[in-house]
Parts: sequence; C-alpha cells; structure tokens
Amino acid sequence: MKLEIRNGRMIDPASGRDEIVNLYLADDKIAGIGVAPREFIADKIIDATGKIVAPGLVDLSARLREPGHEHKATLETELMAASAGGVTTLVCPPDTEPVLDEPGLVEMLKRRGWTLNQARIYPLGALTAGLKGEKLSEMLELTEAGCIGFFQADRPIADTAVLFRAMQYAATYGFTIWLRPEDAHLAKGGFAHDGEVATRLGLAGIPVSAETVAIATITTLMRETGAKVHLARLSSAAGVALVRRAKADGLPLTADVGIHHLLLTDRDIGYFDSHYRFSPPLRAPADRDALSAGVIDGTINAICSDHTPTDDSEKNVPFGEATPGSSALEMLLPLTLKWAEQAEVPLVTALAKISMHPADVLNKTQGRFAVGKPADVCIFDARAFWAVTRETLVSHGKNTPYLGRELQGRVDLTICAGRIVYSA
Amino acid sequence: MLTANPQLTSDKKLRHLLTTEGLPKTIIESILDTADQFVSVGDRDVKKVPLLRGKSVFNLFFENSTRTRTTFEIAAKRLSADVINLNIDASSTKKGESLIDTIDNLTAMDADMFVVRHAQSGAAHLIAQHVNRVRPNVAVINAGDGRHAHPTQGLLDMYTIRHFKKSFHNLSVAIVGDILHSRVARSGIHALTTLGCPDVRVIGPKTLIPTDCARLGVSVYHDMKRGLEGCDVVMMLRLQNERMDGPLLPSGQEFYKSYGLTAEKLSRAKPDAIVMHPGPMNRGVEIESTIADGRQAVILPQVTFGIAVRMAVMSMVSGGGSNGGHAGDAA
Repeated sequence: MKLEIRNGRMIDPASGRDEIVNLYLADDKIAGIGVAPREFIADKIIDATGKIVAPGLVDLSARLREPGHEHKATLETELMAASAGGVTTLVCPPDTEPVLDEPGLVEMLKRRGWTLNQARIYPLGALTAGLKGEKLSEMLELTEAGCIGFFQADRPIADTAVLFRAMQYAATYGFTIWLRPEDAHLAKGGFAHDGEVATRLGLAGIPVSAETVAIATITTLMRETGAKVHLARLSSAAGVALVRRAKADGLPLTADVGIHHLLLTDRDIGYFDSHYRFSPPLRAPADRDALSAGVIDGTINAICSDHTPTDDSEKNVPFGEATPGSSALEMLLPLTLKWAEQAEVPLVTALAKISMHPADVLNKTQGRFAVGKPADVCIFDARAFWAVTRETLVSHGKNTPYLGRELQGRVDLTICAGRIVYSA
Repeated sequence: MLTANPQLTSDKKLRHLLTTEGLPKTIIESILDTADQFVSVGDRDVKKVPLLRGKSVFNLFFENSTRTRTTFEIAAKRLSADVINLNIDASSTKKGESLIDTIDNLTAMDADMFVVRHAQSGAAHLIAQHVNRVRPNVAVINAGDGRHAHPTQGLLDMYTIRHFKKSFHNLSVAIVGDILHSRVARSGIHALTTLGCPDVRVIGPKTLIPTDCARLGVSVYHDMKRGLEGCDVVMMLRLQNERMDGPLLPSGQEFYKSYGLTAEKLSRAKPDAIVMHPGPMNRGVEIESTIADGRQAVILPQVTFGIAVRMAVMSMVSGGGSNGGHAGDAA
C-alpha cells in the first residue's frame, strides 16, 4: 500500500520542520518527504490541505481493561478510541485481572492487539507477582514475551527491601523499571491532595511527601543498584524539583505526567465531583504550574493520557469510593493543544511531548518523520471544535471531566504502520 | 468544575441542607429564628404542629448513631410527619446495592425527605444532586457525612451560642480536640465565620489539626491554655476511642493532660464562658466531670435546642417555614 499525503502542514518534532510539504508512505515506512521516491505511484492520495500532519501519538499509559475488566471496556473499543485520538503507539499497564505477570497473558494480549490491527501495543509486565509487592515476576521471560518494562501500577511496593531487590534484578539485564512515586503508607487511605480543599471537604489527604519520600527512596536505590527507572505520573512541584536534581546528577531517570495534571487542580473537585478523583491526586495550582514548567524544561519527558475507562457505576458513588482516573485517549491531543496554548508552548514542542519524547522513553523510533521511520501519522485540524459527549466518545469509558464540553483540535485521519486505522 | 450551590434553589431558598459552608447568613439567621418559635413546642402538653402532616421522612443511617437519629425522629414527629428509620449499614450495601439504587428505591416509595448519615464525605451531596435530577420535590438533610459536615449540629451550636451570648460580633470561640476527623468542627467553623464571629480558634495537637486549617479562617493553637485565654465559648469535641492509641495519639490520658477541659484550663477563659459538647462525652478524656456538670456547661440545652433547630430545617426544606411564621399555627 502506497499513500501520498498532500498539501498538509507537516510538523516533525525531531528536525523541527514545520512546512507545507507532501509525505509519501510505502508499506509501513516513510518513503519520502517533499520529494516522491522514484517510481512512486500512490494507491491513495489524501488531501490534507489546511490540516496538520504530525507523527502518530505515543501514549505512555492507556488501560485497555483486558483481560478481566471487559465490563468497563474491551480491547476493540479502546484501540478504536486510540485511533480516533490519533494514538498509534500505546503502553498498557499490568493492572488487569489477572495482572500481567505471566508470559502467556502478555502473548495473548499482543496477539489480540495484532489481530485488531490498530495501534501498536507495548505491555508493561508486573514488577512483582500479582502486583503484591512481595515476589519478583519473571522479568526475563516476560521481556521475551514482549514486555517493554516492568511496572507496579498504582500499588506501590511497601517493603523497600523488595523494591531494592527488584531494581537490582532489573539492572542485571538492563530492564527499565516503571514506578509510580508514591509511598504506600503515606498515601494509604487518602483520596485528595492534602491541602485546603481536602481540609474543607473533609476528604482524607495524600500529602506531597507521599511523592517526595518515594522519589528520594527510588533515586537513592538507583545510585546503589544502577537500575534505569521511569517515574510515572508526577503530581507535585516538590516532586518535579527532586527529579530535576536527580537528572542533573546524571541518573538514568525519565518521567511523565498525566495530561489532566497540567490543566486541573484540586479546586476543580468542587462539590465532590468524582470525575476529578485521580491517582495521584490533582494538587494545588502551584503544583500544576511546576509540572507545566517541568514539561517545558524537559525534566518531565512526556505527557500521557493515563486513560482509565470505567463504567458509570464506579463514578456515581461518594468521592472516596469512586474509581480514580478518567477516559482520556481521545482527549490527549486536544488537551495537549489546550495546555500548549495556555503555557505558550510552540506547537512543535507540544507535539514532541506526545510523540517523539515518549518514544525515546521506550527506545523506539516512532514519533518523528524521516525516510525509513515507521509510517505512523496523525492528521488533525487544530482549529476545529468538537463536543465531548457520550455519543462522540469511541471509548467505552465516558468518565471524563470534559463530558459535555467542547474541545479544540479534531483528529481527521490516523495511519498506523502505513494503514489507515481511523478516518473521521 | 464549580456548579451552582446544590443546596439552594435558583431563587436562593433552602432546598437541601448539606453543609453550613456557603450558606447565606440570611438563611442561617432565618433557621435560628424559626427554631426560636419551635423551642416552646416541647413545653406544651401536645408537642405537635401539623407542618409536615402527610409527609414521609426517611432517616437513612448508613452509619450508626442512635442519638442523632432519635433527635431527627422526634423533630419530624413533632412536625406530624411519618418517620421511617432505616439502618442501611446492616442491609442493602452488604448485598452490593449502590447508594444511588437505594435512593431510587426509596423515592419510589414516595419519600418526601431524606435525613442521611454516611461514613463518606460528600455522600449527602451525591444524593442531593441525584434527587435534583430525578425527584425535584425530595429534600435531603445531611445528618453527618464522613469528616465533612454535620450542619444541623453546627446550627444547633449557633443557636445555643446566640441564646446565651446574644450576638456573634464580639465573641471569641475556641473549638478543642480532634479537628481533623470532626464534621462538627467544620460545620461550626463555617457557620461562625458566616455569622460574623471575629475570632474562631482551633486547639489540638498537630496530629489532629488538618493541613492548611488556618485557611478556613481560624487561628490554630497547640497550647490549650493560651488558646482559651479570654474565650467566650469553649466547644469541646468528642475523641473517638479508635484514635486514642495509635499513630495520632499515645493514649487518652496523655490527651487529657494537654487537651482535656479542666477547671484550671477553663479559668483562662472569661468567667461567664459557656462550655459546649456535641455528645456523647468521654468524661476524663475530653472533659472533667465537674465541668461537664458545672454551671458553665450548656450541654443539655444543646440537646433540647437541637430538636427545635432540626424542626426548623425540616420545615424550611419542605417549603414551609422560610418566613418562620408557622410554629404558632398549631394552637
């Protein structure tokens, strides 16, 4: 299959190129930029006049809910949601049921994803068996089955000795460990940022120290074990400062932030709106601003959707009983554009945070345009508005703070490995 | 995202009572004025007025509290309502029924009012927002949600203070003990600041004072003697047994040493200071027995006023008493 994308405004985060130019795709690779390769005859010509042609988005966290949570979402719906959101590469956390701690489960997930022929799926294996924080998982076998790293999801390891050994073991093979920096004890029982809002609403708080103590522990153990670590979902100004220092010290550390944490704060909880319950919690405005600055200066490598689809019954309960997180795959692009506008970040820089930089975290070559690179493309209209409604959302999860609101930035066409996987 | 205050109607009348926070001063004052007229009902031979005749009040207690439930029951019965008590802790939720499903089932039984006690902060808001969508005529009264609010307690405390001190404008009020877990403290603080009380103090060890507490408009003290200096009102809070030996406090005795109300500590307050407690009291933990029974204590009047305040709230949310003139109709 040969595709020609004509007259679009191509933005390449790697070279910084931003110009109206034609793009030529042959099979699953980029075959030419501006100039058609010799003897190129397109099977299909896509007119991208007035549209932006960007690399397919790379999302470092999307829960696809399989296996085990098919009542909340299925692989079919969520991969279609990814394509509708322009996401062509996604990392899925191991907190499924059963958890991804066995090679067979990982192979099954990969195979199911491959059959559905949509986004590229990179599973994270469970760092410990059953995510219980006690025994190490079979990291070598899980890697052979296709895991890209090992994650403890939202269940931080309480026993520091286990964490130490897990890091040592992963370092033996050069595997990357993904950790939510959260101290299990300090965060226990909390629902919201420990501050004025939680005090006013009488919600048990999660202090910033739950994050900073964990980062201090992790970075200390990194120095001792040599492990490579990716910190998932930073939430606080103090956390960003610690990561900045650790990176300056040369530690092999990367980090991401969920898109909602760049736009929302605990003030938005209002009258106990459970759509604003996240893990980690939304924090104070100063934290949000520091996270934004951290993304801009590169302390935080990537922005992710942290897509967590649930059904209504898990949100239509008191705040403290609600499942944290929101459906976000389809909002990743428009919300990143919104953030870029508010933070006065150039479009090319913003797009890099949801394509090239997260691909770099994975050591993959997606997220950039150059001849020979993967033919993953997201064509969108940066000016078009669309209404976020139960009907427009493809994801099974309608749980988003933006339901009923309009967002700017609409995906028109998504190409993954040279195939058109979504067309508006 | 902030939406309109869910406890008020579009023309700013009381629709539900969920929290004292954000409740306009005029509404608080009108609740207290209406309660004034209900206080005397208890002294009559026939302790009933017909304001809620034919209405069904459901006491939904997802968390046990015989005392609060009883006072709501008495208040509803004095207003001639039919009262149905449901202790849901032991029934539906254990069978997996959701809170909203429970509410839908009960509204289908033609409930007019829910009095709700729940262990989760925000439960009463959730129910109120739900009935606003499906049953616009059903009112919700929060009888305590988690650590968040216990507005009728806050209002009966205001009634008590106003009864003994007449006005709020020159008062110093100290709230002592476990502020962190206390919905009574939060409801008291918001009502006091709304009513114009210039000096609200909270007193307790750092483990029992919530983060950024001063942002609620209070001064924080850890030394009780200093905190009580010159106070007009001392509001003691109950310390739950399960907090007494763990990471928050070493023991009830040690707490009493620093934060129990003794004659010596009370002597720092004004000589005519009143002593309040929401009950049930732990004598020898929060308060010395002789103080609890002493001349400055107004703990039993609080209970009596509590019924009148709850009658006032019930009559107002059911659309009746916002002008306060109904109590005399019984005669």
